[in-house]
Amino acid sequence: MWDHEIRAMASTHAIIAASVFMATVLPAVFVPGFSVYGTHLLWLYSASGAVTVVSVAVFWLLGITPPAKKHTLGYKLSRLLRSCLYFFLSCLFFHAVVVLYGAPLIEYALETFSLAVLLTSLTTLRCLCVLGPNVQAWIRVFSRHGAMSVWDTCLQITVACTVVGAWVGAFPIPLDWDRPWQVWPVSCSLGAMIGFLTGLVAAPAWIHYHRKQLTYKCK
Amino acid sequence: MKVRSSVFASFILISEVVGIALFLRGFFPAPVRSSLSSKSKLSDLPSEPLTGSSPNASRLPPPLFKRVVVMLVDALREDFVFGPGGRRYMPYTRHVVERGSSQSFVAKARPPTVTMPRIKALTTGSIPGFIDVVMNLNSPALLEDNLIWQAKTAGKRIVFYGDDTWVRLFPKHFMEYDGTTSFFVSDYTEVDNNVTRHLDSTLKRDDWDILILHYLGLDHIGHISGPHSSLIQPKLLEMDDILKKIHSALISKEAEGSLPYLLVLCGDHGMSETGSHGGSSEPEVNTPLVLISPAFKRKVGLEKPEVVEQVDLTPTLALGLGLPISQNSVGHVIPGVLEESSLRDQLRFLHLNGHQLSCLLKDSMPDYEKEAGFEQFRVAEKAHGSWMKLYLEGNTSEVLTNMGKKVLKQYLEALAAMSSALSKQLGKYDMYSMIAGMVFVFQLLLVLLLAMPEALSGEAAVDLPVLSVLLSLPFYLLCLLLASVHVLVCTSAESSCYFCSLSWGLVFAAVAFSSAMFCILVSMATRRLPLGPKIHGKSPLRSSGSEWSLSELDVLLLAGTVGHTLSLAASSFVEEEHQTWYFLLNTLCLAVFQDVCRKYFREQRGSGDEEEHILPSKDCHPTAHPKAEICSEKWLALATPPFTLVCCRLLRSLNQTGVQWAHLPDVGHWLNSSEHRMVLSLLAAFCLVLIYLLVQRRCSWVSKVALALGLLGVYSYRAAVGNVWFPWQHSGRTMSKGTVEARFVYVFVLGILFTGTKDLLRSQIITADAKLKSRGLWEIYSGLVLLVSLLFRAHNLPVLCCSLLIQTLMAQFIWKELHYDAAQTTIMHYWFGQAFFYFQGNSNNIATVDISVGFIGLESYIEAPAIFLTALSTYAGPLLWACHLVCYLSSERDKSPVAVGHGCYCLALLRSVPAAAYIVLVTVLRYHLFIWSVFSPKLLYESMHLLLTAGVCLFFYTMEQSHSSIGVVAVTHLDRDNLSVD
Repeated sequence: MWDHEIRAMASTHAIIAASVFMATVLPAVFVPGFSVYGTHLLWLYSASGAVTVVSVAVFWLLGITPPAKKHTLGYKLSRLLRSCLYFFLSCLFFHAVVVLYGAPLIEYALETFSLAVLLTSLTTLRCLCVLGPNVQAWIRVFSRHGAMSVWDTCLQITVACTVVGAWVGAFPIPLDWDRPWQVWPVSCSLGAMIGFLTGLVAAPAWIHYHRKQLTYKCK
Repeated sequence: MKVRSSVFASFILISEVVGIALFLRGFFPAPVRSSLSSKSKLSDLPSEPLTGSSPNASRLPPPLFKRVVVMLVDALREDFVFGPGGRRYMPYTRHVVERGSSQSFVAKARPPTVTMPRIKALTTGSIPGFIDVVMNLNSPALLEDNLIWQAKTAGKRIVFYGDDTWVRLFPKHFMEYDGTTSFFVSDYTEVDNNVTRHLDSTLKRDDWDILILHYLGLDHIGHISGPHSSLIQPKLLEMDDILKKIHSALISKEAEGSLPYLLVLCGDHGMSETGSHGGSSEPEVNTPLVLISPAFKRKVGLEKPEVVEQVDLTPTLALGLGLPISQNSVGHVIPGVLEESSLRDQLRFLHLNGHQLSCLLKDSMPDYEKEAGFEQFRVAEKAHGSWMKLYLEGNTSEVLTNMGKKVLKQYLEALAAMSSALSKQLGKYDMYSMIAGMVFVFQLLLVLLLAMPEALSGEAAVDLPVLSVLLSLPFYLLCLLLASVHVLVCTSAESSCYFCSLSWGLVFAAVAFSSAMFCILVSMATRRLPLGPKIHGKSPLRSSGSEWSLSELDVLLLAGTVGHTLSLAASSFVEEEHQTWYFLLNTLCLAVFQDVCRKYFREQRGSGDEEEHILPSKDCHPTAHPKAEICSEKWLALATPPFTLVCCRLLRSLNQTGVQWAHLPDVGHWLNSSEHRMVLSLLAAFCLVLIYLLVQRRCSWVSKVALALGLLGVYSYRAAVGNVWFPWQHSGRTMSKGTVEARFVYVFVLGILFTGTKDLLRSQIITADAKLKSRGLWEIYSGLVLLVSLLFRAHNLPVLCCSLLIQTLMAQFIWKELHYDAAQTTIMHYWFGQAFFYFQGNSNNIATVDISVGFIGLESYIEAPAIFLTALSTYAGPLLWACHLVCYLSSERDKSPVAVGHGCYCLALLRSVPAAAYIVLVTVLRYHLFIWSVFSPKLLYESMHLLLTAGVCLFFYTMEQSHSSIGVVAVTHLDRDNLSVD
């Protein structure tokens, strides 16, 4: 059951994880003075850019993205535009949530927004890739027993891992250790990235071990 | 014996309070005190040691100084004088320090760095225990042996100007005094001018021996705007001018042949980077100590000042003035001061100091003879005796001088060793009492945990096997065992122990109670085990039978409670505990938001619209009124969690607390600055109106009127105190204490509480009317709100307002609609209560307790109401939320009759888990560097909170009792009868 999907998922995730790795290593070679802590924003954008590009490409190639109902160019364009709009809205949403959690409103606005961009590219972008700009489907996937395919379950796991990772990443901020990774937003973005990578590993593994129990009602 | 959950929970909490009290008594050491209650007298002084012949003179050597001026500047930090900015801030002082005949030191103050304990330390030379701060919010007369008393007894004439704490500590000691109150922190010029205005005439006169000046302005500036504010420099320059004035007056008065003067400049404590004090950080502890006298050698440049203890000043001044050193002084004389006197006198001074310290050591330590310092002192005393003998024989050789120098050195070493031994004595813990208290608390906690399935069952009653336990053999064996352990420990203990000093009856009661609890624990555990091995350990919130599923919210609530308890182990997390609560609260709101979304959006899917967009207006439009209502309700429900989040974010920036980010500018400071008084007035008025609107809904009309008038009274009180503008106030009135206005409000508070109680009693006795009862409860709640709105500072009124708003919205749209059960609702209330505790500006530091609240409506300090008001305003957040919980749960009674019992049980559990965990943590970390500055204040906060929760649980109990039908009582009786028959 689901063997084919699990294999596809594992390889996809391997590619995405590799892209994150490359996004960390390559700038270190080409940009002088690059480090994850020191030039954190640069790392952050390179990682989220790499994840964005690779996910879009991989999911498009795999054909998981739900097929467009109409094949006109205009419809496709509007879908693309809507996706971009959702992407941007999600950035704003994450930014708002992080500010509500206590991030300074004005002082570190750029840092906070960068974190929001990272979180968006790790979570919302996957949703866009797998489900398309379809809010109804999103609500379905994220309600209690709403998963309808292996990919939905995988989406649930990775998104939850990423968000929990970022959440856990905020824990060490009040400690007075004065470490470089306690600077805002390093711990949170690292937490999110580690959570995401964990999710990438955990999702196929979990599905593999529970493949007997998994039953999905069809649409 | 079957008892209801609320009775059970209240009983457990009250017993825990007793256990914690015992723990606290063991943890906070009693200060080092001489057992004799008398004071040192001149006649008691030891004679000069002299081997071979009878002691000749027990007289003191002649005093070194004729006149002493002590200029105490509150919160004078060491770097204000010795630091790089010192030359700019205090040019004259700096010149004297560098070039004049002076001695300068850095005096280390002991925490708590609060004015009153520091004054006590400076005058008695003892180190007031931590608990003294809490016990003595009031400062009654100081009865201990102290420098001022000694001086007065010796006939010295003392003049005092400054902080009136001194006047209260030493009534009738001063020949002339003028005390200024530090009542209005915003005033930093008047308080100092009140001191300085007497200076010119006093300095001209000759009829005094000691002049003490205590300047408060600098401390006030620190509290307002911190150590880097622009107000600091002018204030320090003013202080510098005063010092110059005093110094020149003293120089001009000095006559040839008479004894020299001594001018002391010191600070009682420093000031942290945020301008507050109370803790033990370097800038708070280090204060400058400059002694200026022609008796000292002239300096030739700035040397790095030596570090001494603050209490060292006391014996130095006492010896310098020719007075006996006060009995409990643990300091040792500063050797530099004595340098210019003869070797014989120097040795004599050191001998006197050593004798006093050794007496104190004898009194406070059972095995004083093993102490290294004591031994050294004996040796030095002997050497002193033989030196004296040689000296009196007229020997004046080089050998004698060298020998004297050696004796001097021995004395100094002995003094330092004895002084540090005595200081260490303060850090000794009474482990037996601590462990006994801890065992109590843990037994109770385990019983509480084991009773969970029963207490949260539909019956909400716990079956405690008390009778069977009391008649069982293990109980008596255990009693015997514990009693013998107690005897064994107490007879072999070397240091004093509080638990051992208790009377036998009390100890036996404690032993019997403890063994009974242990037997109950065991029997409950055995009963629980076969029943369901699955529900074991930290059992679930709602265990329904053997299978239990936790929703995300439950996981969050459990993980949050456990995580918060664990986080208390790190000092940073204790310092920044507010961050933990804000973080958890935010997550809670988001989780609730997710629940709400699920509820409303799933329904929509069921209704079957497949379209991508889910505009709600779409399915609202076609239908008629009821559907529209549902729709608006849905949107209100959806909007509530985000609204709560926004509220919390705003409140969070109102008061910056904690340590790391406390210096950041916050809205509260902005509002309190004088140029924004208009905004503050409008905000306060708006909040009061909103409070009225939110609270009055469920009150009777009498209470409505009383509430409106009361809130008006609150505003006029704030206007009278000078926090807000009065619309019809034309001329700038002088600030008053607003006693009349505050009392006006108190009358209405009492009125509302009375109406509420009357309604409650009527609902209970005459008619079993649920409506009347809930109205009565709400009236009591509104009385509390009115009282809190009077006690809160004007800029904190939004906190109260937001809490009411959130309570209303949450109760209306979330807790009811989403069918959260009593346990979940209780945990949420508790979390909100905790977060609001910090929103109102509290922290885990004693310094943030606003003591001025205790004076509202009172002409002078009266202990009981002041403590009550302070506690109420400090814990206003948790109390208001707990009261709201009672109101909410009893209004939900028709749905689930046992909700109040469940709520009470959960509250007890939520409070006792962190309290019990924390006392273990504190015991483990008792040698941690931050134990006194971070962990002990938190311990006091925890115990106080536990006490208050016990009170709240009793309130729960009465509420439940009044409602419980006679049936339940009958069942309980029946059960008991059955048991006894068995």
